[in-house]
Amino acid sequence: MTNTKTLRLIDTFLNGLSEDFGAFADLKMEALDALRTQGLPALKEEEYKFTPISKKLESTFGEIKATQKINLTAAQVAAAHIPGLDAHVLVFNNGQWDQELSNFTGAEFQILSIEENEANLNGKIGAIAKNDRDHFVPLNSLTFQEGISLEIPKGKALTKPVLILHFVQALEGNYTAPRTYISAQSQTAGTFIEKTISLDEAPYFNNVVTEIHVGENAHIHYYRVQEESRSGITVNNFETNIHRDATFTSVVLTLQGDMLRNNLSLNLLDSGCEGNMYGLYLVNGKTHVDNHTNVDHTKPHAESNELYKGILADQSRGVFNGKIFVRQDAQKTNAFQQNNNILLSEDAIVNTKPQLEIWADDVKCSHGCTIGQLDEEALFYLRARGIGKESARGLLLYAFAGEVLEHIKEESFRDYCIGLLQERLGGSY
Amino acid sequence: MLSIKNLHASVEGTPILKGINLEVKPGEVHAIMGPNGSGKSTLASVLAGKEEYEVTAGEVIFKGKDLLELSPEDRAREGVFLAFQYPVEIPGVSSTNFLRTAVNQVREYRGQEPLDAVKFLTLMKEKMKLVEIDQKLLSRSLNEGFSGGEKKRNEIFQMAILDPSLSILDETDSGLDIDALKVVSHGVNTLRSADKATIVVTHYQRLLDYIVPDFVHVLFDGKIVKSGNKELALELEEKGYDWIKEATNGAAV
Ligand SMILES: Nc1ncnc2c1ncn2[C@@H]1O[C@H](COP(=O)(O)OP(=O)(O)O)[C@@H](O)[C@H]1O
Ligand SMILES: [Mg+2]
Repeated sequence: MTNTKTLRLIDTFLNGLSEDFGAFADLKMEALDALRTQGLPALKEEEYKFTPISKKLESTFGEIKATQKINLTAAQVAAAHIPGLDAHVLVFNNGQWDQELSNFTGAEFQILSIEENEANLNGKIGAIAKNDRDHFVPLNSLTFQEGISLEIPKGKALTKPVLILHFVQALEGNYTAPRTYISAQSQTAGTFIEKTISLDEAPYFNNVVTEIHVGENAHIHYYRVQEESRSGITVNNFETNIHRDATFTSVVLTLQGDMLRNNLSLNLLDSGCEGNMYGLYLVNGKTHVDNHTNVDHTKPHAESNELYKGILADQSRGVFNGKIFVRQDAQKTNAFQQNNNILLSEDAIVNTKPQLEIWADDVKCSHGCTIGQLDEEALFYLRARGIGKESARGLLLYAFAGEVLEHIKEESFRDYCIGLLQERLGGSY
Repeated sequence: MLSIKNLHASVEGTPILKGINLEVKPGEVHAIMGPNGSGKSTLASVLAGKEEYEVTAGEVIFKGKDLLELSPEDRAREGVFLAFQYPVEIPGVSSTNFLRTAVNQVREYRGQEPLDAVKFLTLMKEKMKLVEIDQKLLSRSLNEGFSGGEKKRNEIFQMAILDPSLSILDETDSGLDIDALKVVSHGVNTLRSADKATIVVTHYQRLLDYIVPDFVHVLFDGKIVKSGNKELALELEEKGYDWIKEATNGAAV
């Protein structure tokens, strides 16, 4: 598949474009140019070597078409809520902001429609997740509708986390493109939790772009749980600019989908800042999960920590690629990366690759990756004490995986994730 | 209680146990001694049900049941306990959580009610005293970062908690200083009773000053080549194993 051939997939979009882009015309023009030259990922393209996303989209849909909105009800929103979590709730309906079903009364943040506020947001949207970043960013830039900008004003610490619920269901079309821009001004704090709910088993392609500005001394946690339908295809482009003395921590729990690709990029733009990325993928069936992470250390005295763990059963497939750039200026950088995998079946596959580019000389960097089976010695030890085989496996896998979920600071969400993990491992540990 | 007849076992096609016979009655303590590599740990592992060892001939009857037919967990539930020569470190699994899971699964198998948190804690406290194990150790991940001595103590602690009818101690004394050895032996002796039996695998006669055996067996090249009472242990201590090896090799020619 050559790049231009991949454009067949988005023919409907390209043909349906009007001369006048309306809001964000510059961004969209640029996106269109990027798409015309780059196309979608070609089959052998390095960045998508193990994740043949274009082929997947083509065989699933032939062609990508935007889907209609769903008739969502408040009951559906309530049912998707995390038990025990007191949160502001933001609802996306097939990628489009649904103000009516959202509930954030009394929130310390402001929400604006992206399209209706070009004057305020021009130069911000697309400035963090740039159109030349990944093939799917320009596709989103060109196609998003009813995106939102959320701003935490200077000095405000959110008293409640923000729960972002994405409801997806292919209706006539198959494609959704949510766009979110979050700006945490200086000295702010906030926690975001994002969850996708597939309303049925019809295949869809959810092309998500999230941009986050983490201002000076701001402290942001971002959690995401991916438990989509077995035919859900998702590409997430998530990019954040982290400023002086700020911290940003993400935890991504992936449980199910058809093909899921997460591009997560942390740009550490100043001294004293810290970026942390944690991920757990616990997949079975034919789920394919690909985490491409990217940390860019540009200034001295910043730190990044990364731990991704995978448990793969059946014919599932995992890909981990961790890039760390330490630029010449970024002396005294601390950067740590670890990726550990357990394969539970002969047919499960993991490809893991650290990619470090270090231009500064006074830095501490470490990375490591492992792929193995469940520790048989440990399993026997537990069984020799009277613990049944399945429980013993569960205990060991839970111990392996739990280390990632410990980084979730929001208790009821952590409990929720632990519940999902235990459900998957078949028991409580 | 335990009857081993003509037991042969191999690992990856290599025969290790070459016809073991052993009868253990309730109340008895049997010591198994022998040079390194003679098959002591293999025997212990086969009894506990480690799957990489293939039993090629013979039988093992435990309390009237065919032990070799049972899964490792069911052997434990029936009352077999192996104190490992090299206890495994299991990061992320808390000692307390692990033990409670074990105790309650064993109880369930025996048709007993599970212990609630309070009762379990009481049991833990009582047995902790017995082996003088520190609470701090038990709040950590299972065996993780424990010293050699702490691991051995933890094995005896688990044994005390699970209250087995047949305990197999595989070189529990190796690497212990004299104080730790006394504590461990005290633990084992306290748990001895007329309806329980113990097999102590050891390299050193020293342990047998504290845990006095009724029988001593010498295992060499996968066979029990000599059996006797505790005097045999003293003789081995004095003369080493060479005379046994020579006698055995001589006999084989
Ligand atoms: N898992 C194994 N794989 C291969 N060889 C083994 C294994 N376990 C034991 N052996 C071999 O079996 C023999 C007996 O070992 P072991 O039972 O550990 O002896 P002991 O405990 O008496 O020192 C040794 O030669 C050892 O190398
Ligand atoms: Mg041994």
